[in-house]
Order: sequence, then structure tokens, then C-alpha cells
Amino acid sequence: MPVQVEIISPEKLLFQKEVEMAVIPGEEGDIAAMPDHAPIMLLLRGGIVSLYENGVVTERFFVSGGFADITATRCTILADEALAVEEIVVSEAASRLEMLEVQLTNIAADDIADQDRLSRKIQAARAAIEAAEAAHPLH
Amino acid sequence: MPSLKELRARIAGVKSQRKITSAMKMVAASKLRRFQKHAEASRPYAAAMRRMLAELATATAGQGDLPVLLEGGKGSTHLVVLLTSDFGLAGGFNANLVRATRQLVSRLEAQGETVRVLPVGRKGGEAMARIYPAKLVDRITGTGGREVQFQAAADLGERVTDLLMSGKVDRVTVVYNRFVNAMTQIPTEEALVPLKLAENDNKTEYSAQYEFEPSEAELLAQLLPRNIQVQFFAALLESAAGEQGARMTAMDNATRNAGKAIDELSQRYNRTRQSNITKELIEIISGAEAV
Repeated sequence: MPVQVEIISPEKLLFQKEVEMAVIPGEEGDIAAMPDHAPIMLLLRGGIVSLYENGVVTERFFVSGGFADITATRCTILADEALAVEEIVVSEAASRLEMLEVQLTNIAADDIADQDRLSRKIQAARAAIEAAEAAHPLH
Repeated sequence: MPSLKELRARIAGVKSQRKITSAMKMVAASKLRRFQKHAEASRPYAAAMRRMLAELATATAGQGDLPVLLEGGKGSTHLVVLLTSDFGLAGGFNANLVRATRQLVSRLEAQGETVRVLPVGRKGGEAMARIYPAKLVDRITGTGGREVQFQAAADLGERVTDLLMSGKVDRVTVVYNRFVNAMTQIPTEEALVPLKLAENDNKTEYSAQYEFEPSEAELLAQLLPRNIQVQFFAALLESAAGEQGARMTAMDNATRNAGKAIDELSQRYNRTRQSNITKELIEIISGAEAV
């Protein structure tokens, strides 16, 4: 029995398919959504959602953060932004990462909330670049 | 009685007006289709979000001390956000909304609440600055008319969330035109804070055993601001579609009226022309008889 995976951004439903397993970047570590998983709701960090079919990854999506709702039969991902890994432009992602890093150095040392927010974004940007580079090794 | 030349000029004028209004109608119609598609595409996210919020609310119910974004603040300041368009020429689209807002404001004041207004869109901003200059929080423009970007809704949501968190306002209601069809847009009030969760009590079969990661409170704290943004996004999309619908209808009427005016003017032109010819003939004939 497969799980029904949906990736939804505020603008539209990006992806909907039945897969064997989906690995999701949870705030406190990756979680695999499989059939008959106990119902769970989780906060996402920026990272890669991998969809598995017959034990191999068939599709990968980058999400910049959001929420996921997993039940025994379905897995709904509410992404702030989502992109198929193949569509990530490495140079763009790299320049965004650079910008974020500059921002982080400029931020007041005592503003921990802002630092936290930025470093999460940086983590997400790094994950996007890594995934994109892995997807097309020629770059 | 206007001369033939004047009539000709007026006919030409109305004709070029008709060209403009019918072009505007076409533009509005094609924009309307596009905006409707956007509105439809955005529904799955909002629906999933509602489901998660309902689930979370059940889980946190009875824990007391609910977040401000869910329950509202302790004070009695009510923020009214109205979504209007930046441009006119859309029939009663904005006027109806302003009227609905005034009714809402006087109702809230009768209940003893302090009202602040935050108009979105140039038209609403102008009207509110005139009617309620003392209640104005700010005027936001540039969100309507063109394609609605989620970023616009996110900015608006953040703004409102800040007002709530800092205790400047305690409750939030959004007033916007709900799109029914191209002919009808209904001014609608929707309470954003405190949040009314689906009254139809749609508990899922898993309700009792849901796990949350991190905690329920943390998730709720993340979901609620997002939910406000999503609600604004949905309302902005409805309003944008409504605006185009209203404009389409208004321009359709204007085109039809211009056609009627052209018919009337042409008839007058022809009558005048004929009577001029008759008059000239009579003059010629009576001139010939006199010889």
C-alpha cells in the first residue's frame, strides 16, 4: 500500500503522487513517511524531500520550510516555497547563500531570534545547493 | 438644435469611447479568468492548513493560555482591514465595500470597542482617510490590480501579526468583496482573530492519537501567523477576481450605453440632415415659382 504524497505551496498544488516512501526534513531530524505511519504533524526545516519507489529515490524536491501532516495513508507537505531539485539554479542559490551570510555577520550579536532565523535560512540554502550539485554533477 | 457638424463630432467621440470601454471589458475578462485560476490553485493549501489547525486546536484545547493570534488580546481594540482596488472604473466595487466597512465600524463602536482601520488599495485608502482620519493605522497600496503575489499577503500578515503581538490591537476583521460571479461580488466580513475553526466539527479518525513535533504549542505558534497570511492571500485573490468581474460588468454596461447613445445621435443626425435638405428644396422650389 503506497502513501499519497502532496506538496503544496501557498500558490498551488505542486506535486501529487502515490509513492512507497517519502523522507521529509523535519525540524528535529528527518522523518520517513511510510504506509501505516502513526499520525504526526511536524515543523519542517529547509531541506530536501526525497520520494522513494522500490527502494530508490525517484524524485527530489527542495522545500524552504513549512509543515507536514502525516497519517497512515497520506503525507501532506505545506511548503513555504518548493522547487524540484532539477530546477534549482546553483549560481542563484549560491549568491543567495552569500547574501544571507553577509546579513548574518551584520546582525546585532544580542538578537538571537534573528540570528536563529537567518542561520536556518542559510542551512536551507546550503541543502539546496548540495542537492542541486548532486543532481547534476557537471556543474 | 446642434448643427450637423457638431453632431458628427459627438458621434465620433462616443464611438471612440465605446472602443475604449469594450477594450477594457476584454482585458478585464481575460484577467478575470486568470485570477480565478489563481484563486482555485491556492485552495488546497488553505484547506490543508485549516485541517491542521483544527487538529492542533483540539489537541491544545483545555490547556489554557492560548496564543494571542488564536484567541485575541485582552483589550478592546478592533482592527478592520478592508481590501479595495487601486483603480476605479469598476462600478460599485469599492463604494459597496466602504459602505459595508462603515456599517461594521459603527456596529463595533456600539459594542464599545475601539476601532482602527487598515485600508489596502488606493481607493479604500482615500475613502478611509476622508471618513476615519483618526482611526487610520496606515494605507497600503499596490497589492491589487496586478497579479496577487503571495509576498503581498505575507507582508500584510506580518504587519497585522506585529500589531497583535505588540498588543496594539486585540481583534482583527477583514472586509473584502467575495467573488460570486462576474455580476455579483458580496462585501464579506471575516473574523481573523479570534479564529473561528470549522464549526462543523470535522474530527478525523486519527484525532486522538496525533503526535506533534516539536510541541503542540510550538507548532501552533508557527502555524497561526502563517494562517493569517494564507487567509489574507485568499481574500486578496477573491477581491482581485471580484474587481475584474465588477470592471467587466461595468464596462459591458458602458459599452452598451455608448451603443444606445450612438443610435440616438445618429437618428438625430439623419433627421437634421433630412430636414435641412427638405428646407433647401422648399427654398429652391419656392424660388423657382416666384420667377
